[in-house]
Amino acid sequence: MEIFIQQLINGLTLGSVYALVALGYTMVYGIIGLINFAHGDVVMIGAMVVTVVVTSLVGGDPNVSAWMALGAGLLVAIPVCMIVGWTAERVAYRPLRRAPRLAALITAIGVSIILQNLAMMIWGRNYMSFPQIIHSDVYTVMGARVSGLQIAIVVIAGALMAGLTYLVHGTRLGTAMRATAQNREVAGLMGVNINTVISAAFLIGSALAAVAGTMVTTYYGVAQYTMGFMLGLKAFTAAVLGGIGNLGGAMLGGLLLGVIEALGSGYIGDLTGGFLGSHYQDVFAFVVLVAVLIFRPSGLMGERVGDRA
Amino acid sequence: MKSKQFISKVALGCAAAVSLAFAPVHAADIRFGFAAPLTGPQSHYGEEMQNGLLLALEEANKQGIDVDGSKAKFVLVSKDDQADPRVGVQVAQQLVDEDVAGILGHFNSGTTIPASRVYHDAGLPQIAMATSPEYTLQNYNTTFRMMTSDTQQGSAVGKFMVEKLGAKKIALIDDRTAYGQGLADEVEKAVKAAGGTIVRREYTNDKANDFTSILTNIKGVAPDAIFFGGLDAQSGPMKRQIETLGIKAPLVSGEMTRSETFIKLAGGAAEGTYASLAGVPLAQMAAGKDFDAAYQARFKKAPGVYSPYAYDGAWNMIAAIQKANSANPEKYLPELAKLSRKGATSENIAYDAKGDLKEVSVTIYQVKGSVCDHLSGQGRQVGNG
Repeated sequence: MEIFIQQLINGLTLGSVYALVALGYTMVYGIIGLINFAHGDVVMIGAMVVTVVVTSLVGGDPNVSAWMALGAGLLVAIPVCMIVGWTAERVAYRPLRRAPRLAALITAIGVSIILQNLAMMIWGRNYMSFPQIIHSDVYTVMGARVSGLQIAIVVIAGALMAGLTYLVHGTRLGTAMRATAQNREVAGLMGVNINTVISAAFLIGSALAAVAGTMVTTYYGVAQYTMGFMLGLKAFTAAVLGGIGNLGGAMLGGLLLGVIEALGSGYIGDLTGGFLGSHYQDVFAFVVLVAVLIFRPSGLMGERVGDRA
Repeated sequence: MKSKQFISKVALGCAAAVSLAFAPVHAADIRFGFAAPLTGPQSHYGEEMQNGLLLALEEANKQGIDVDGSKAKFVLVSKDDQADPRVGVQVAQQLVDEDVAGILGHFNSGTTIPASRVYHDAGLPQIAMATSPEYTLQNYNTTFRMMTSDTQQGSAVGKFMVEKLGAKKIALIDDRTAYGQGLADEVEKAVKAAGGTIVRREYTNDKANDFTSILTNIKGVAPDAIFFGGLDAQSGPMKRQIETLGIKAPLVSGEMTRSETFIKLAGGAAEGTYASLAGVPLAQMAAGKDFDAAYQARFKKAPGVYSPYAYDGAWNMIAAIQKANSANPEKYLPELAKLSRKGATSENIAYDAKGDLKEVSVTIYQVKGSVCDHLSGQGRQVGNG
């Protein structure tokens, strides 16, 4: 039981990060039907910028408060990521908006490679470590250990997701986004400025990516230019699992994928009597994905409903 | 449209001609092929290996070594194998096609083993960083090592855990690469031979950084020590997660973990971690200290774990060429096989019949106060493992 709860906590922490990144994928997909493979690398840029800012702050004054340093890091990282996301849309995706989807998809992969190489040129190949400024207490919940940082990740991710849901369903911009998602031409004719709406989707997605990047680098303590690739792939999987284009789906998919991975690697060995080991954890996650897609081809919550955004 | 295409073709042609004209062709150039991950999660290892090689080649060029009647200029031809076995074989073929005199690489066991066949077929001597035992067990006369083999290192680590740490129940984690898996297998053998038991074996991959679920499994069996075969970029976060989960067992790992990167990444949690590394500490050897100083002066940073081994490997090849007075692989290969010299990592570098290093000592290090300090004499094994 202890182990089960511990695995659940492990999974939820991981899943919250997946969900936050998945939101960026799903928002862009919902509006312009593009799978923005560069999104994982925007997360990486966010992680790198936060690490650099916090490291230099701690280097200047070792007694700087953790929250101050993190806040300053985020204040720099969010605009940087927004600029990167906005620029990618403006330079790479907008000219291709009427081109076949495949062209846009390949461009997205190209942008991802460019971002990785830029990061490699700027920050080098070495792994950067995140200074240990957060000395979070470890709590024991029914025999399982959970750190303050893990709680913070889940809570912040939850708050951001709630905020985004409000934005999409309760504001004028959200209404415009949903209208654009339904039918771009008609929304344009009705007076919605489509370019602004699409740029807004990229800006919001990139800001969330900066926060996700901060979470990853503070939690694992590592940042490197290749870190966005795997994370992006997992978040994309989460978005597909939940139904790509659907906000609630991305959140559910992210959390589910995290929990499946944790429980999968925790129990797969015991369930199969040692025949399959924990190296099958990714296989396990993808088997679940395939199974879901067989029965619900558009993902768990991916009905073609009006309010996808 | 047509004329535009034509112009672009002409432009391309010109570019090709220009690049040909500027390709450095010296009569006395001796070119060594080098391949390692220069992009991707392991690119920091590739970079430190390349720096070690470059330092050796630059020193040799400065000394002015006579080969076959003229001053030799040693040049490194670098290729990125992305730590991917498929790419490894491709770049191996490219290097063979470019007619290099010898191979200083690859880095990973997974790329080295399939590539070694290409080099062997071309008759090119290869000195690789790979530690997997299979590399030198293929009956090729062209395979040599810069590092210990996992058999040598694994047996030292396994013995150390059981006999010196007094750990009877040991949990293993490996990253499913030829290196991590190979090393963990050898440790498993050594632990069992020394009377310990393997209570749990878990797996990850070489790109993961969340190990909480496998560590939770390990916590459930309460081992006395945890051994990890894999990268420092992973053992760092892993050590932090071990701490968060409240596991008291110490982490023991291979040479990849004996790095600054690990200490930086694990932060305060690094304390007490054990790592093994071939050879004796650099600071204990005169040539090692010189190497350290030269490296810092040239690259403005401390040498990586693999840099001195790469440096020695490059010098081994240069020494063999110098002795044979020829960069012809056929002529200097026998000299390389019977080489005996003093290096930065060992007093006596010589190869056995398979191409493994003859005299191998493995030192166990422990992180104390944010520095990786060697445990004097402990777990050291000298001789042909």
